[in-house]
Amino acid sequence: MDINCKKDGTTLLVSLSGDIDHHTAQEISDGIARSFRHSHCKNIVIDFTDVNFMDSSGIGMLIGRYKETEIFGGSLAAVSVSGELMKIFRLSGLNKIIDCYDNARLALSALKGDIYEKQI
Amino acid sequence: MKNKFEIEFSALSQNEAFARMCIVSFLLPRDPTVGEINDIKTAVSEAVTNCIIHGYCGRSDGTVKMCASLDENDLYIEISDSGCGIEDIEAARKPLFTTKPECERSGMGFTVMEAFMDTLAVRSEKNIGTKVIMTKKLRG
Repeated sequence: MDINCKKDGTTLLVSLSGDIDHHTAQEISDGIARSFRHSHCKNIVIDFTDVNFMDSSGIGMLIGRYKETEIFGGSLAAVSVSGELMKIFRLSGLNKIIDCYDNARLALSALKGDIYEKQI
Repeated sequence: MKNKFEIEFSALSQNEAFARMCIVSFLLPRDPTVGEINDIKTAVSEAVTNCIIHGYCGRSDGTVKMCASLDENDLYIEISDSGCGIEDIEAARKPLFTTKPECERSGMGFTVMEAFMDTLAVRSEKNIGTKVIMTKKLRG
């Protein structure tokens, strides 16, 4: 599992690659939480372009990050969520608390308050 | 022609991916759809994770057994541990139920298995272990 974080204004953009399961979820949680703390950002955008698999361990990991952004009055957004991953999002209701976008540019624009289009 | 396999592996979290790969490799000659493959490997991942986290409470000296059979389009999967067992199966199967609220666990494991497979049965006995039986008809 690779976790790459970069700052864009008040948003931490996180790119994940690999599988998200119980084995990797803790490492991802810790990695994002550490970068988020040091970044002084309020929003997190997670790019799922290179995520091949996610089970319910990913739900817990995402809810954890959602709670962290809430503390700072920010938001958690997701980018490039595949149809297979979206099944988990819908089943768990994640799609109701995390806005999903086709790409990082749209997500970053939305968080800056620009006009945007959500991923359906 | 009926095909089947049976494996046993250590209750280590890195073996969750191994279990997923095994079931996918077993199914590939049947040429299932991408959606079917994803549903089945997700359900397997949930069941194996439950064995490791809940059955053995993170102890690595236990083993997880997985056996599967495919008869034409009918897939049958059994995943079991010899761990602590589930006290209240009905409660455990409810969405968002978790015995580990201090961890980032969603309590959605059984809900995912139920949603992604056609049938799910759970048998458990305290200090004997838990067996999860799932079936799915392949349509692709």
